[in-house]
Amino acid sequence: MLIPHPLLGLRDAAEFTYLGDAALIERPEGDIENAQDVFHNYLFLRDNPAGEHRELWFHEQGDRSWLVVTRNTVTHEIIKAELARDVAIQKGRST
Amino acid sequence: MSINRLKGGLIDHDAPLNFSFDGKKYEGRAGDTLASALLANGVRLMGRSFKYHRPRGVLSAGSEEPNALVELRTSARKEPNTRATGVELFDGLEAKSQNRVGSLAFDALGVNDLFQRFFAAGFYYKTFMWPAPFWEKVYEPMIRYAAGLGSISFQDDPDLYDKGFLHCDLLIVGAGPAGLAAALTAGRAGARVILAEEDYCLGGRLNAERQPLEDISGPEWVAKTQAELASMDNVRIMARTTIFGAFDHGVYGAVERAADHLGVPAADKPREVLWRIYSKKTLLCSGAIERPIAFEKNDRPGVMLAGAVRAYANRWAATAAEDVVVFTNNDDGHKTAGDLRAKGVNVPAVIDVRQGVSVAGETEILTGATIVDTKGRLGVKSVTVRLADGKTREIPCGAVAVSGGWNPNVGLTCHQNGRPAWNETIQAFGPGERLPVGQSVAGAANGDMSTHAALTGGAQGAVEALEALGISAKPAEVPAAEDAPVSITPYWHVAGAKRAWVDFQNDITVKDVKLAHQEGYRSVELLKRYTTMGMATDQGKTANVTGLAIMAELTGKPIPETGTTLFRPPYTPVAMGALAGRSVGKEFHPTRLTPSHKWAEEQGAAFVEVGNWMRAQYFPRKGETHWRQSVDREVLATRGSVGVCDVTTLGKIDVQGADAATFLNKIYANAFAKLPVGKVRYGLMLREDGIAYDDGTAARLAEDHFVVTTTTANAVLVYRNMEFARQCLYPELDVQLISTTEAWAQYAVAGPNARKLLQKIVDPAFDISNEAFPFMGCGEITVCGGLRARLFRISFSGELAYEIAVPTRYGDALMRRLMAEGKEFDVTPYGTEALGVMRIEKGHAAGAELNGTTTALNLGLGRMVSKKKDCIGNVLSEREGMAAPDGLALVGLRPLSSATIPAGSHLMAATGPIDAKHDQGYVTSAAYSPVLKTGIGLGFLKDGSNRMGETLRAVNPLEGGEVKVEVVSAHFVDPEGGRVRD
Amino acid sequence: MTDLTAIPPLGGTQPLVEKIGDIGIVEVIDRALASIAVRAGQDAALSELMASKFEIGLPEAGQCLETKPSRIWWMGPGQWMMDGDHDSREDLAAELKAALGDVASVTEQTDGWCRFDVSGSDLSEMFARLCGLDFAALKSGAATRTLLHHQGCFVILSELGASVLGPRSSAGSLHHALVAAAKSVA
Repeated sequence: MLIPHPLLGLRDAAEFTYLGDAALIERPEGDIENAQDVFHNYLFLRDNPAGEHRELWFHEQGDRSWLVVTRNTVTHEIIKAELARDVAIQKGRST
Repeated sequence: MSINRLKGGLIDHDAPLNFSFDGKKYEGRAGDTLASALLANGVRLMGRSFKYHRPRGVLSAGSEEPNALVELRTSARKEPNTRATGVELFDGLEAKSQNRVGSLAFDALGVNDLFQRFFAAGFYYKTFMWPAPFWEKVYEPMIRYAAGLGSISFQDDPDLYDKGFLHCDLLIVGAGPAGLAAALTAGRAGARVILAEEDYCLGGRLNAERQPLEDISGPEWVAKTQAELASMDNVRIMARTTIFGAFDHGVYGAVERAADHLGVPAADKPREVLWRIYSKKTLLCSGAIERPIAFEKNDRPGVMLAGAVRAYANRWAATAAEDVVVFTNNDDGHKTAGDLRAKGVNVPAVIDVRQGVSVAGETEILTGATIVDTKGRLGVKSVTVRLADGKTREIPCGAVAVSGGWNPNVGLTCHQNGRPAWNETIQAFGPGERLPVGQSVAGAANGDMSTHAALTGGAQGAVEALEALGISAKPAEVPAAEDAPVSITPYWHVAGAKRAWVDFQNDITVKDVKLAHQEGYRSVELLKRYTTMGMATDQGKTANVTGLAIMAELTGKPIPETGTTLFRPPYTPVAMGALAGRSVGKEFHPTRLTPSHKWAEEQGAAFVEVGNWMRAQYFPRKGETHWRQSVDREVLATRGSVGVCDVTTLGKIDVQGADAATFLNKIYANAFAKLPVGKVRYGLMLREDGIAYDDGTAARLAEDHFVVTTTTANAVLVYRNMEFARQCLYPELDVQLISTTEAWAQYAVAGPNARKLLQKIVDPAFDISNEAFPFMGCGEITVCGGLRARLFRISFSGELAYEIAVPTRYGDALMRRLMAEGKEFDVTPYGTEALGVMRIEKGHAAGAELNGTTTALNLGLGRMVSKKKDCIGNVLSEREGMAAPDGLALVGLRPLSSATIPAGSHLMAATGPIDAKHDQGYVTSAAYSPVLKTGIGLGFLKDGSNRMGETLRAVNPLEGGEVKVEVVSAHFVDPEGGRVRD
Repeated sequence: MTDLTAIPPLGGTQPLVEKIGDIGIVEVIDRALASIAVRAGQDAALSELMASKFEIGLPEAGQCLETKPSRIWWMGPGQWMMDGDHDSREDLAAELKAALGDVASVTEQTDGWCRFDVSGSDLSEMFARLCGLDFAALKSGAATRTLLHHQGCFVILSELGASVLGPRSSAGSLHHALVAAAKSVA
């Protein structure tokens, strides 16, 4: 597989480490109500779509960027790849 | 003189090569394959079949070969299951037939053939069911002995294999007429082209045919084209290279047999190279593969594919026999007859199943006829033909050239789940609609069967592929060539045959297909698995279409509706050596050496692999005959005076930024925000699910600068997780990370004389007295006359201890200096074993305790988990089951006898049953404590904190044995912890 | 000056120099290294300071700038590696930190890496046996970290050839891989 790194272009997937669903970015705050339930959902409940999936890849043997890669799990087509940090900021994980 | 050697061809008649087959010496010619050289020498019998041990000869002239599999070379270079059709002859080649007991001509297991009715499809499943234990001990070994293919040498492969990576705009698979025309087109357009050809000659069928390309012969046009391509810097011609797999995103796997055509590769050169090719576009020009017709005993040596017989005659100047009968259902078979006669081979008859066919110049044509039997034990001697009028005639011959039509070679179109589609015109499956990304197909592989169509299709295919890349190309002008339409009447098998082979390699007959149908295995996928058709190393290249056509006939469904199975990578078998590449032996993975490695080697240290690291395990001294003697000595010397241990392997991560402390507060379970500058704190990291996963220290060198250490094993994982937290969870924090593991040589200096030793090397400007540099202090200092260094007063051993770090290049010298300066204290280097003993004596958790199932509470570190802040793992660590007050707790264990406690033992009550139901916990670490002169252990025990003094049994049902143990505090040595503060 | 003797990553007394055909592989030990990571919101300030104090810019992703006496190359978003002469600027990190203050985080990296400089008339065949980079398409000034013999290594191209920087502890393995590849294609 080849991953279109947003800064470095196509890179072999062998340079990356896979983590999983990009929803892991949306970590809840620890001091909320029902924190246990919310964290349980955050950590253990995942969609497993046959089709487009947003997932986290770490360019471990490259620039050490975490990426959010949108990939079709059926065809393996990669629709886009973004810096996870940018995604996190867009999601409001920033002051 | 080679009896079946013809004139002409592309071999060098003046370049003899000696070779041997089954010990017998023969002479071939440069340009021969092993198969062509054997045929030229009159050898038709080349192997025995898989199940029935029937005599077999070569069927084809290419990589689709199911029969002529040999063991190539000898001793460590022996390579089983090598297709004789792909072996380029070299001087001194040695090959042996395989799957036989006794000689090839008299195979003792040929007796299997007499019991053929027992070996039909599904035989094993039905027969070897009882008694059950017999399967493993008797049946399976027996069957494996009798069946199977070649044998391996059991020796290390002496040759080198490389891996490599190539990039191109256009990958062209196959250098026949389509591939060459495509390469010319793309090469002239300036595109980066790779032209891969499995054969050692470019040209494909052009080398095997007699028709000219305009005014020159096929091979002449190939040579001219190759010369032009070779002159282009942007074209890489790769002969002897098989594209074996089409993978995601235009990535292709290829094996280049760089030195397989030599007896021994040149020094330091690889035998094969496994290439990963990154292509933007790929044009598949893989040609077509002829299919046989199944008829009675069609597996005798000498029964061959017609196109192969023609190729042997035209390219290799070899014939299987002086008299060759042709059996065909299409016009192409007649071409073989004509070409053979042109080479002086006698063709007594052309048997054409079609009615009323006439071919110009063909006089011996028997239309509407079929072959109903063959004779000849070790090779065909005659065929029995049933004529159109129902009469039979026996025709003596030494070979039968069979053509059932040509199947486009669509293997690589299937590798991304593409399904071939039926092409009515050519009565064969062609490429389906869904091809691997970036792939297109041209020439015979695309069902365009004439040479003209292949040439123009290849050129046009290249133009279209490049257009998609924004490269404009003009189709190369191609010479006028043969352009006959395909004329074929589908004909799969001769009705009424008792034993007619469909899949030669796995010994599957028409009857097996019928049996599968009869027993309800009618879908092609079930047919394949029930009969094993197409599951041999040739993947049924010559068998599958025939097999499923017969199934279609039986079910009464049309072939397209019956469908076909898929081909998968690899297209042809790939040597294990090529897959391993250079990653063998001690280069299997990179080896990481510590800064004191060279010195430790000089000391005669024993080393242990820890991940990729080589660490000194212990340092045996003269007279020590057992590792325990060395380890006990190292422990006692360290606790008694001073010891030094290389701890460079611990991960080190530099954490800086205005929010560095806030960040550490997030990733550690315990609090770091208020750690003063110049101090170190032990830290515990949790996974988000609340399980403890790593521990280490964080030293604050400045308000905005920490150095975090991790365990050796988790250095990579912790860094990855910290980057995840930094980039994905807390992007608002001003924090920057970088690994510095390798940059610093770090040594633990431990024992009551540790400070005295260090004072001898630390520059006088730095006060490291207990008052100025107390326990858990840290600082940047200089040593040995101004060398920058870092000093941490931390202790894993429980003694007064420091860790000192200097730039790695000085690590070797620093170790030597410590040893020299420490002589007066009898300084002792210690290895990982002594390190382990001392940490168990202190009850410090390590990998065995942080084992992926334990929580801070289990580890006795529950109070460390800060309730005041949100950190990773905090919330879920409080889940009901994980926070149970009577859960597993880390305890010490002391045997009541002189025995030691086997690590991994489970803890059971002093009396009562020993089973999972009564399991109380388990032993994680155990050692002999030279200080206490007894075995000691650490383990997790249910409600352990409240069970001090209890007697339990540590049982080891796997290896047998049990040890009575007392539950004690995990702090065996210096439980008050006073020594670290001295 | 310290009286401790430094040793090269390969452990010899001198840096190792190999010649295989026309390919040269030289162990380089005379460079000090320090990483520079920009602090939050300080991108412009860092660029200015680098220009004014070191007369060097901050290269884009995949690039290396060479302004004697230093090279600086991109490591990752907001992070660069700079080198300097080891004998005269051994504590390069301290020098940079003093110059850059709170604008960047600076970390000593000198001995985190081993470096081999590879030269020869055509290195693309050799590198095709080592890593997945499209070496032939890279130009002088390209710098990228990639997987090479199972490890993340920097490959930096200059007019003189290619520099490969890998983890220092496995210098021997990396060197072996480079030599093996050179012999394969020499």
